[in-house]
Amino acid sequence: MKRAGFANTWLPILLLIPQLSIVAIFFYWPALEAVQSSFFLQDPFGFGSTFVGFENYADLFGSAEYRKVAWFTVIFTLLVTFLSLAIALLLAVKADTILRGAKTYRTLLMWVYAVAPPVAGFIGVIMFNQTWGPLTNLAGLVGWDFVLGVKFNDTAFAMVLVSVWKQVPVNFIFFLSGLQSFPKSVREAALIDNRSASGRFWDITFPLLAPTGFFLLITNITYALFDTFGVVDTLVKGEPGNNPMTLVYKVYVDGFRGNDLGGSSAQSVILMVLVLVLALTVFQFRLVERRIHYT
Amino acid sequence: MVDISVTRTARRPIRWTVLLDHAVLIAGSLFMLLPLLIVLQTTTMPDTDIIQHGPQLKIGDQFDENLQKAMVQASGFSGENTGLRMMLNSFILGLGFAFGKIVLGMMAAYALVYFRLRFATIAFWLIFTTLLLPLEVRILPSYKVVQNLGMLNTYHGLIVPLIASATATFFFRQFFRSVPEELVEAARIDGAGPVKFFVDILVPLSQTMIAAMFIIMFVYGWNQYLWPTMITTEESMYTLVRGIKQITQVLEGAAVPEFGRSNLLAIIAVVPPVAIVIFFQSWFVKGLTESDK
Repeated sequence: MKRAGFANTWLPILLLIPQLSIVAIFFYWPALEAVQSSFFLQDPFGFGSTFVGFENYADLFGSAEYRKVAWFTVIFTLLVTFLSLAIALLLAVKADTILRGAKTYRTLLMWVYAVAPPVAGFIGVIMFNQTWGPLTNLAGLVGWDFVLGVKFNDTAFAMVLVSVWKQVPVNFIFFLSGLQSFPKSVREAALIDNRSASGRFWDITFPLLAPTGFFLLITNITYALFDTFGVVDTLVKGEPGNNPMTLVYKVYVDGFRGNDLGGSSAQSVILMVLVLVLALTVFQFRLVERRIHYT
Repeated sequence: MVDISVTRTARRPIRWTVLLDHAVLIAGSLFMLLPLLIVLQTTTMPDTDIIQHGPQLKIGDQFDENLQKAMVQASGFSGENTGLRMMLNSFILGLGFAFGKIVLGMMAAYALVYFRLRFATIAFWLIFTTLLLPLEVRILPSYKVVQNLGMLNTYHGLIVPLIASATATFFFRQFFRSVPEELVEAARIDGAGPVKFFVDILVPLSQTMIAAMFIIMFVYGWNQYLWPTMITTEESMYTLVRGIKQITQVLEGAAVPEFGRSNLLAIIAVVPPVAIVIFFQSWFVKGLTESDK
């Protein structure tokens, strides 16, 4: 808060009430509801529910299927995060050094930001169409019999590809604006000290981009965990079956399709705890990071 | 900037690296652009042609007819989810979401930054915890709450729960804190009250920020998928992005899938947010990259 503020008491409360009430009704109430119903076993036909303590959680941790989904989510998140950051960084460094057509490239590389994840997934479905999809044909050329939505690994490949396609633009925008904010003097000094471009990249550019990179790392992990829902849902074509899915998608599948309210809520709570842990780590790192700022 | 000085001293070898830079950027641009171009090509072809040959290197003459089908023809049972109707719903969701988010966010941020408030710290944490948990995590209980309130298949049921997150509030709080303190002091000396200061000084100062936020929030609202999928079961309430699910299911089941129509609907779902992001690029980039500070 500012040193010099206003002294009214009722006005700020009035200003805060709309936001606070919406947050209370549509955030805290559902969140608490999830915690509560995770301790109950709901009758599948809607005739009440019984308190079962931690049984829903025990069931989840004991279930081989849940562990499989969790593992897939971990690998998927790592792949999507790493690939989209690496590709975006390469493109941003190139777009930063180039003189001619920089603006055109910037536009061409960032517009996918505005494509909705399910639409990206839909475009993936078209690209991987079984009979004539261009990417299916491409895979066929190297002897890969690609079947989207049936073979586990093929669907997983398509999910990673589409999710990376969708995420590269955001990372590109952040990396490029990070690069362009470097002081000119630093660049010139680096140019004098180090003739090799790759040497300059690893010694100067990369460490200077670290704060941006760290922020993006977190954004990308949350993206891969939550925002890829639409991509997963369209690529499995509404038939989870044998297909890979992420933890968030399983919350939806179990809750809405399976009508397993208790189990789905327990999964929600596990995800909430996971995100809170992630957030606390970030918080801690940010404190450390303040001290290692280079510029 | 950097390469000029180097080019002068050693012309030949540098040329190749410049070419390589362009090659990488062109490859990246194609990676981004080609999928959309391929889908766009299919919208100009008759459906039977697509089923036989897939995408080809020519432009057909069926675009008008496919557009007609996409905008006016409905695929559901009620006949209400035409492309036009879904587009209208998408605009209502995108604009309503952006508007609500910005108004609430500015109000709350103003209260948190410019007032001495006893419960400020509690209010701050209550609001900012929402940044941590996306709607996807608490989707089922949120649905039950909205159901209990009788808000299924309504526009406010669609928009208001999505607003329950603090992104805009956080953004405006950061911005307000960067506004020089002397402005408040000067305003107070001149006898301006909190309302006058907000309307006459703070809002005009925030214009660029509001525009940037509006673009980001409109795109975010327009692109919502999971929440509309659950909340809207009536076809007249479908948005374009929510309609995608039904489109894929129809494609799977049909004997002669209407690729022309469905692909064009996907393109229509993409065009408005992409156009806004491209046209207001500088504002959008500024708003997006400022938000991490």
